Amino acid sequence: MNQVVQQKYETVIGLEVHLQLKTETKIFCGCANVFGREPNAQVCPVCLGLPGTLPVLNKKALAYAMKAALALNCQINSFIKFDRKNYYYPDLPKGYQISQYDNPIASHGYLEIPAEDGRVKRITIKRAHLEEDAGKLIHDEGTNSSLVDYNRTGTPLMEIVTEPDLRSSQEAYDYLQNLKLTLQYLNVSDCDMEKGSLRCDANISIRETGDPCLGTKTELKNMNSFKAVKAALEFEERRQQKALESGERIVQETRLWDEGRGATVSMRSKEEAHDYRYFPEPDLVPFVVDEGVIDTIRRSIPELPQQKYKRFRSEYKLSDYDANIMVQDADVANFFEACARLYPQPKKICNWIQGPLLQELNARKAHVRDLRMTPEYLTTIIRKTDENVLSNLAAKEAFQHVMETGKSADEVIEQKGLAQVSDSGILESVVEEVIRDNEKVAGQIREGKESAVGFLVGQAMRKTQGKANPKILGELIRRRLLA
Amino acid sequence: MIKTKGSKIVTQDDVRYIASLSRISLRDEEMARLTRNLEDILHYVRKLEEVDVRHIEPTSHVLPLKNVYREDRMRPSLTREDALQIAVQQHEGFFKVPKVIQ
Ligand SMILES: [Zn+2]
Repeated sequence: MNQVVQQKYETVIGLEVHLQLKTETKIFCGCANVFGREPNAQVCPVCLGLPGTLPVLNKKALAYAMKAALALNCQINSFIKFDRKNYYYPDLPKGYQISQYDNPIASHGYLEIPAEDGRVKRITIKRAHLEEDAGKLIHDEGTNSSLVDYNRTGTPLMEIVTEPDLRSSQEAYDYLQNLKLTLQYLNVSDCDMEKGSLRCDANISIRETGDPCLGTKTELKNMNSFKAVKAALEFEERRQQKALESGERIVQETRLWDEGRGATVSMRSKEEAHDYRYFPEPDLVPFVVDEGVIDTIRRSIPELPQQKYKRFRSEYKLSDYDANIMVQDADVANFFEACARLYPQPKKICNWIQGPLLQELNARKAHVRDLRMTPEYLTTIIRKTDENVLSNLAAKEAFQHVMETGKSADEVIEQKGLAQVSDSGILESVVEEVIRDNEKVAGQIREGKESAVGFLVGQAMRKTQGKANPKILGELIRRRLLA
Repeated sequence: MIKTKGSKIVTQDDVRYIASLSRISLRDEEMARLTRNLEDILHYVRKLEEVDVRHIEPTSHVLPLKNVYREDRMRPSLTREDALQIAVQQHEGFFKVPKVIQ
């Protein structure tokens, strides 16, 4: 597709994100809300939709949803009610999903994403509502049946819907990144797309640039990473451009992202026009949330990533790049700050975190809190390097040992004998020896060939198995031969 | 005050559509009878249209209750065996259902 065609069209994207809230229990019953149990081990008459049972709203689920909505600059609606969304699918035991239709928890919010020349763009959040998750279906290949696990049924889900404000796949990606980051800071969801605790559907249409009317949109599903969302949108954007260029019309439909083929594929199912026949859920009373409660939740919202970024830049004088990396994970940001409080060398700490620490995290696919490295240990290593007790190499070694054993930095340095020998008494005898063994080189140095000092330092290092402080060695050699 | 039975409110097509949404299959005579029944019910309810509701907030719930919650505290679930007792078919701890085409 040439650039002229690409510029002829404008892309319009809206995103719907489903977020599993990490409450202890399900949204309408006391079953555990955990991932990974054996099938149908956390179900009860309420979440199985047995006749005669009544759902009761989990207070924490509502509080978490309000917290997220407030962090996304939404207004909490004064009157909140639940509705039934009716459809049949075996993963939905009741034949309806308890959701929210016309009185959602919150609306009129926004989230900022980076725009050109350091500015930000506001993406409007149309609404945010609570609903229950469905069960999990396993399509048993080669048989005539499907298997259902209802453990997930009733997991609290928050749906966050944007206006069609996004104009490119990159903006969609940035929105998801910022949304995830903000939500992780609130600690209301794991936001793990691979585990399904964050899911994203995308609506996309294109129109001729400048046209005020929206084009026909398609809905994209089945993306299981942010990269997949971006790739699916890019594919679909080109597909729609090609279709319009060759005089075809876009069909409003749901398309599934096929990761293997790198393409979106029409579902082509006999998809009935969605007719969910929403009506108020008679089993749940409405909710009117007190301003005082909203205020309390608002005050519980921690410093959010965008604010933290600004503060890290001014308080620790971090560069744009460094500050950005430090706030990408609330745990990393807290780790950084804990280190900086123990040892006020933010740039050095930042380098250690960006380098060895994040490398380890990525390699182990772990979280900071799972690591054996603590701010105390890391700052000990950095301080001892600054004090010349550890060479750079020994510091890296100490770091690795702490990570592997969980022993304290001091213990590791002691046990592995990583500390440099700086004791000039000991080092002087080593220097003495080295000069004696290398009379010829020593003579050259005496005659002014200073570059040969390095050779003797190397010899001395070898004699001490690398434990000597090379700086002090150099000084001693110079003093002996050049003074 | 009885309204003259004028235009049909419900057609057989409507009933067929509603039945399909509810996964109910109806024989022709049931279709005709249910269409008549629904028509009668809706005519009866139509009386409400005579009431002036311009100044009344839409009512979603009739009970004078609001804000009924439960705390986020775990309660025992069913045992798997008990849960699966209601399954028509089961397989290795799963409910087994006719194949769903996705
Ligand atoms: Zn339950």
